[in-house]
Amino acid sequence: MGKTTAEKIFAAHLVDEPFSGTKVLKLDVVLCHEITTPIAIDDLIARGKDRVFDPTRIKAVIDHVTPSKDSKTATQAKILRDWARRQNIKDFFDVGANGVCHALFPEKGFIRPGNTVIMGDSHTCTHGAFGAFAAGVGTTDLEVGILKGVCAFREPKSIRVNVNGQLPKGVYAKDVILTIIGKIGVNGATDRVIEFRGTTIDAMTMESRMTLCNMAIEAGGTSGICMPDMTTVEYLWPFIQDEFASKEAALADYQQWTSDADATYEQTIEIDAAALVPVATFNFKPDQVKAVTEFSDNRVDQVYLGSCTNGRLEDLRIAAQILKGNKLAENVRGILSPATPKIYREAMKEGLIDIFLDAGFCVTNSTCGACLGMSNGVLADGEVCASTTNRNFNGRMGKGGMVHLMSPATAAATAIEGKIADPRKYL
Amino acid sequence: MKTFGGPVLFLDRADINTDEIIPAKYLTEITKQDLKPYMLEDLKLDGFDPKGEKTLNARVVVSRENFGCGSSREHAPWVFEVNNITAVVAESFARIFRQNMFNCGMAAIELPKADLDLIFSHAQDADASMSIDIEAQTLTMTGGGKQKSFSFELSPFDKALVLAGGWVDYADTKY
Repeated sequence: MGKTTAEKIFAAHLVDEPFSGTKVLKLDVVLCHEITTPIAIDDLIARGKDRVFDPTRIKAVIDHVTPSKDSKTATQAKILRDWARRQNIKDFFDVGANGVCHALFPEKGFIRPGNTVIMGDSHTCTHGAFGAFAAGVGTTDLEVGILKGVCAFREPKSIRVNVNGQLPKGVYAKDVILTIIGKIGVNGATDRVIEFRGTTIDAMTMESRMTLCNMAIEAGGTSGICMPDMTTVEYLWPFIQDEFASKEAALADYQQWTSDADATYEQTIEIDAAALVPVATFNFKPDQVKAVTEFSDNRVDQVYLGSCTNGRLEDLRIAAQILKGNKLAENVRGILSPATPKIYREAMKEGLIDIFLDAGFCVTNSTCGACLGMSNGVLADGEVCASTTNRNFNGRMGKGGMVHLMSPATAAATAIEGKIADPRKYL
Repeated sequence: MKTFGGPVLFLDRADINTDEIIPAKYLTEITKQDLKPYMLEDLKLDGFDPKGEKTLNARVVVSRENFGCGSSREHAPWVFEVNNITAVVAESFARIFRQNMFNCGMAAIELPKADLDLIFSHAQDADASMSIDIEAQTLTMTGGGKQKSFSFELSPFDKALVLAGGWVDYADTKY
């Protein structure tokens, strides 16, 4: 019987099966940030186990609140910084080089097809875009990952989502994933891997695939997964060209992780790309999704562009295309946080930053900040934000605030009109 | 091993997420104890008072489907732990929250909807209390002069983690 990508990765990384159904896997990459790692570090010190399994397999970044906003966040940053130095973790990204983890780490080529990846961050599922098994975990799992390079999982079944056809104008990966979450619900994929397949996905950039996989967790999914293909190889090529004689050789190697044709899925969902429309969330759960045309006069106070979901260069390009020559509506504050310094620099070179500034946006450094109500754009009670982020939970971007999740295109159109707007008329 | 059971806090809603259990702005606290005042601060539930007597006296939380969805923050189990809540009983859990509970030596217990409906029938009882026996995999709900026992499933791994008091020592000894 054939295997799915997740099953192949589990089989190749199995260290132990202490009990039936529980699999302990060897980890290829352990990612760390300053919010969930310091307590793990402190606990390791307290246990007299201040060591790491392999400093070259651990990558760390200060990204959630950076530069530090107060003494507490400065302390968190310092604990991570001191630890990275002490443990000889070379891939550590501090102020000046830091960006949103799930945008920065892929950009550095750290994630490869077939990898097992954990991080103390639920959006770790993003990295499945590379044909990896990537799962968010809590601080205790992270601590064990740092110490021993292993993590225990119940082997997840896979749900296959086939997306076929060409996306209509104004419809993007964000609309695809929000539509899927709306269909299967916030726990529709709990303890499952969501495998994204079909011609629409094949045609997507790595950035778009990351947007898709990023939100697998919003349906409860352990990891999103896309099949490694030439797009994956092209993206990784600067980092792997010494490992392979040619791109074709790299592709041939990576395709060992592709799900077999006769693999078993718990469920298969068919999505007709041509029938999709721009959507946004309403209310306080990411599965509460409707077409932008169904909103009427939903005014917003703030538009936020950024995050691990939609803060990448192609997102900025799409938003800038719509914003060019336009201004923010009078009632709206606009905030852009390019997800990494590299994205920021390229956006500057392409003239995108000028477009945002001309429209009246504030451009901040790369940070998670506002997405989780930490800094750089927190909402006041009763305020509404149109956001390219991933969660619209009550209080998520600030106590008493409300968030509508949407694509960068819809966010840009909304910024111009001051209320949830259809991006298609600007394209 | 931790102790389990006592007064019950009923949270009759599905999809309670970890942002509601402990808002992100408090994740800058370095010690678990510092999280204590903020438990369930942003919970959207009619009639719920995060500072109410029922909340502060609780030792067990009872809820519905997909409890603990959203962020991976282990601060969610920790804020329960420092408020002396060591068990959550629900129809289902988000994966990371459930694993975090067991990794901390606490219990995330799943029961079918019909059983939970019976347990929720005690929601108005002032003396609603639950005793939990991890070894025997049974729990007993008491309140309003009535009492009923339920059995629950626990994977051998989850049980081992509760008995061992958590995952760190288990893994360091073994791997």
